[in-house]
Amino acid sequence: MTLILDLVHDAPALDFRSEIPEGQITALVGPSGSGKTSILRAVAGLLRTKQAHVALGGDIWDDASTHLPTRERPIGFVPQQYGLFPHLTASGNVGVALMHLPSAERLARAEECLALAHVAGLENRYPRELSGGQKQRVALARAIARAPKLLLLDEPFSAVDRSTRKRLYLELRRLHEQLRTTVLLVTHDLDEAAQLASHLILLHHGRLLQTGPTGEVLRRPRSVAAARLLDFPNLFDGHLDAAPPGRKALLRWGPHTLRANAGDTPSGSVRWAIQSGDVLLVAPDKPWGGHLQNPVAARVSEVLELGMDALVWLEPEGLPATRLQMRLPARTLERHRVAVGAALTVCLRPGDIMLLADSGRR
Amino acid sequence: MDWGAIVLSAQLALATLIVLLPLALAVARWLAVTSFNGKAWIEGLLALPLVLPPTVLGYYLLVALGGNSALGQWFAALFGQTLAFSFTGLVIASVVFNIPFAVQPIQRAFEAIPQDVREAAQCCGLTFRQAFLRIELPLAWPGILSAAVMTFAHTLGEFGVVLMVGGNIPGETQTVAIAIYDRTQAFDHAGAGAMSLLLLIVSLVTIAVSYGLVERLMKRRRAA
Repeated sequence: MTLILDLVHDAPALDFRSEIPEGQITALVGPSGSGKTSILRAVAGLLRTKQAHVALGGDIWDDASTHLPTRERPIGFVPQQYGLFPHLTASGNVGVALMHLPSAERLARAEECLALAHVAGLENRYPRELSGGQKQRVALARAIARAPKLLLLDEPFSAVDRSTRKRLYLELRRLHEQLRTTVLLVTHDLDEAAQLASHLILLHHGRLLQTGPTGEVLRRPRSVAAARLLDFPNLFDGHLDAAPPGRKALLRWGPHTLRANAGDTPSGSVRWAIQSGDVLLVAPDKPWGGHLQNPVAARVSEVLELGMDALVWLEPEGLPATRLQMRLPARTLERHRVAVGAALTVCLRPGDIMLLADSGRR
Repeated sequence: MDWGAIVLSAQLALATLIVLLPLALAVARWLAVTSFNGKAWIEGLLALPLVLPPTVLGYYLLVALGGNSALGQWFAALFGQTLAFSFTGLVIASVVFNIPFAVQPIQRAFEAIPQDVREAAQCCGLTFRQAFLRIELPLAWPGILSAAVMTFAHTLGEFGVVLMVGGNIPGETQTVAIAIYDRTQAFDHAGAGAMSLLLLIVSLVTIAVSYGLVERLMKRRRAA
């Protein structure tokens, strides 16, 4: 039962179409103000958009003539601040979602859900007596209590500290393994999306920018806007020559000619991107040979150590105004004599060069 | 001590509460969750009794309830007596001048319920009635208690409007506040003093007890 979404709205601006795969965790990722939460609220029926088509499997929740009230939608919702009922205990909070059960069963089911969410033993605590992580777990227990077909999580980890968050990631993944519910998770944190979600939807100004399996989207932006959202530091102009059949296309970048996988990118002026981790340093003692793909000679213009990693900015030969960012383990700096002013060679593998669809220049 | 006036005041305060509280609950809940053009005018209208001199309010109520008004004539035809200068008329007047004292604390209490809590109730599958009874009402309870106490104490103490609308008929419209005025005019300082002291103590105790209760309730909610 795929969740089908088609939402159009003015304030906040939305023009969003997507399908959320069944039984998977899908992350809706975008900067703040991109409309993520509004989409989640529209799915829950809490926001009525100008135009809406929301359907789960064959059940239509929203269209021109239908608006299923929130309480009748088979959803569980964990809002950003959890929305716990302050006058009820943890088990009372979960029990509210179980009003359809007789009261004896209600208590048993509430305890079962609290245990699933790893807060067994805290049944009689009030929300004010719970830590951030515990509140989040109680809210999750309440959200799964009615065995929803769709679980909506709105930045559920934003209000807890880092170590708690890591534990909660594991718990959510394990819970999902058990329940196999379709989950739509809103986050602005790419790392969070990468750790939790199998599918990713990139959102920008209320529009879907790119969607697909998480690893694929994170590594392969298809547009400049997506590359910016995915934090690709290296975004350059080039010129793509038409590829002869069965051969790699040639990307001209200043004096350099790089082989690239053109796919269906048309020849001509093009923007391209590469992750800093994919800029590979060629060890100076390594013999040159055919195995080196797209070697580029460059000079180091800046080195910054950030904990275990080091960021190195390079000025490629013949491209004086260009800064190519390379990320490598800090411990390798000395071994490879990477310092400001040093000349070195990097290689940019064709598979790591992302040709971007739109010019996207501002 | 004029026990008749004291009992009448208590009856008036109770009757006012019984009529006003459900109305105030409905209006306050509605005002707390909606926004529309002109809402400020409605809120202003409801707050008018706070700023208008009691005589102005009393004058308009007298006109509205008097024998020449449609309401007054209808009531006279039905019950054979005028609304003005009757206990029923007094209850109506009392309800009107207590509107802000009842509506405002309840409205603030409903407004203080976070939107995500309200929405969580919907996501838990609660109907409007269930959400109102199980979530909103318990959360707004301190505000409702404040409203009830303020209305009760304020009715006990109201003077101007009661005098304008009810006159000073012992056993029918003479409340304790009027009786105190009456006693003072008649140089019965002992009687006026005793009733004043009683009113002072009752008002202080009700308000202090309700403040204490509200404080305790709020403390239980805080940092939730």
